[in-house]
Amino acid sequence: MATPNEATGLEDQIEQWRTYLRRRQAIHAVDIAELEDHLREQVAALQDSGLAADEAFLIAVKRLGSLDALSREFAREHSERLWKQLVVVPADSDASAVPARADALGAWLFAFAAGVVVKIAIELRLTDSAYLRNAALFVLPLLIGYFAWKRRVGARTLAVLGTGVAAAVLLVNAYPFVPQGSTAILTALHLPVALWLGVGIAYAGGAWAESSRRMDFIRFSGELLIYYALIALGGGVVIGFMAMIFQVIGVDIEPFMESWFPCLVAGALIVAAWLVEAKQSVVENMAPVLTRLFTPLVILVLLAFLGTLLWTGRGVAIERDALLAFDVLLLLVLSLFLYSLSARDPAVPAGPFDALQLVLLGSALVADAVALWAIGARISEFGFTPNRTAVLGINLILLVNLGWSAALYLRFMRGRVAFGALERWQTGYLPVYAGWAAIVVVLFPLVFSFR
Amino acid sequence: MEINKDLIAASSTPIVLAILAEGDSYGYAILQRVRELSQGAMEWTDGMLYPVLHRLERQGHIAARWETAESGRRRKYYRVTAQGREQLAEERRQWQAVDTTLRGIWQMIATPHGVVPRLQGA
Repeated sequence: MATPNEATGLEDQIEQWRTYLRRRQAIHAVDIAELEDHLREQVAALQDSGLAADEAFLIAVKRLGSLDALSREFAREHSERLWKQLVVVPADSDASAVPARADALGAWLFAFAAGVVVKIAIELRLTDSAYLRNAALFVLPLLIGYFAWKRRVGARTLAVLGTGVAAAVLLVNAYPFVPQGSTAILTALHLPVALWLGVGIAYAGGAWAESSRRMDFIRFSGELLIYYALIALGGGVVIGFMAMIFQVIGVDIEPFMESWFPCLVAGALIVAAWLVEAKQSVVENMAPVLTRLFTPLVILVLLAFLGTLLWTGRGVAIERDALLAFDVLLLLVLSLFLYSLSARDPAVPAGPFDALQLVLLGSALVADAVALWAIGARISEFGFTPNRTAVLGINLILLVNLGWSAALYLRFMRGRVAFGALERWQTGYLPVYAGWAAIVVVLFPLVFSFR
Repeated sequence: MEINKDLIAASSTPIVLAILAEGDSYGYAILQRVRELSQGAMEWTDGMLYPVLHRLERQGHIAARWETAESGRRRKYYRVTAQGREQLAEERRQWQAVDTTLRGIWQMIATPHGVVPRLQGA
């Protein structure tokens, strides 16, 4: 049996081993506890067969496997943990990654190119309608290009992406849109959504079929939004300050800003995309906090709305703007939901925050049912217009998604399905949004004769 | 005998599920059972079992719970779920198909001594 001296020595060694493991981002405290239980049992078994404590410890640690290999395996299984680090990457694919410095340079070049494209568009003096319709095409193809370059995507993926972008350019400019018509505006609004799928495919580097890569892309999109908002905020302050000091010397910078500001807006998107990847850990901790803050708030708003509706017995006077408001609401709920989904550790069992999520989904569904009923009434009275049809389509798509999400969440909380089922549903649904957006861009102008 | 890594990886899912189908268990005991069943032929690196368990848990094939063992240590136990049993049945069908194929071809090329004949002149 171990002497007291040996026992404290062993405890020290285990403590040291634990400290080593804690440095590995991919291995969490619960896993360390599980591995430690294993290690202790192994040590005890070896001691029983006659080994001294330190010998037993060495052999037990050796049998667990090298720490590098172990944390790589954990990283592969728990890729969401490495999100904060982005060392991701299995050992064998290091060769295909772009080095950090080249990545930075590349990002700035692509950002610069986006600025140039916008500047050219401004100098071409396009009509407002054409300018709006093409707006997404000034930037997103370059963002797609940036990721295609960074991930070194294969020729086939590149061909698909190129064809998509070319088709979009052709369609948007060859269709004889009625200026200021609904379909022109709908195209301007839906084209970015359709192109965003292209960004996702390039982002996934050809592995778009994998659910985990799509989840990464959802995280990326959310964090890009945060970064972009921060950059916009900072940029606004700088420009305001600039206007102030130039006013002192009697120079008005507004004409200058008018012709150059859109270039900055475009370039900043690509810089933000680069920052999301390069400076992961800065935002990583903010995302879960933000969702936890806003989920209860949105629930309160929704419940207050539904309560008032019931209490006052007001009819729902659905105007066009009101329909749009409901779409925005559902989009907000969906992004909150997606974001908290992507930030959640799938292995953690259901807790109070999950119940809150379910309430959020439930109340959004009820609110949406009310809206949908009103849209239906309006359409049956006044018939289909491009706007109404587009809004109805988005509404139905979101309704299906949220409805099935709520059903899955309920089953997850009862322990019927694993959390992964929810993730797979959401990631599998991503092409539906882009598909609908593409329908609006391609078919709506034809069906509604470019009005 | 050393079994190659790909085979070990491919067989880990059915082996773990089958062992858990015998009864709830935890990491160390599962590894002991693997050694026992394979008579030492399957040498898993101990640590690598845990990512496999976590993957199966994420996929919903097994469920985990923490318990306090008699020694006073907290220990993570795993149990196979209904979905896991279905998966096990599916894996079993697939492995049996592989096994049947191999058995057939082993018999075709076996000499009376059960040794594969040498191709170059002996």
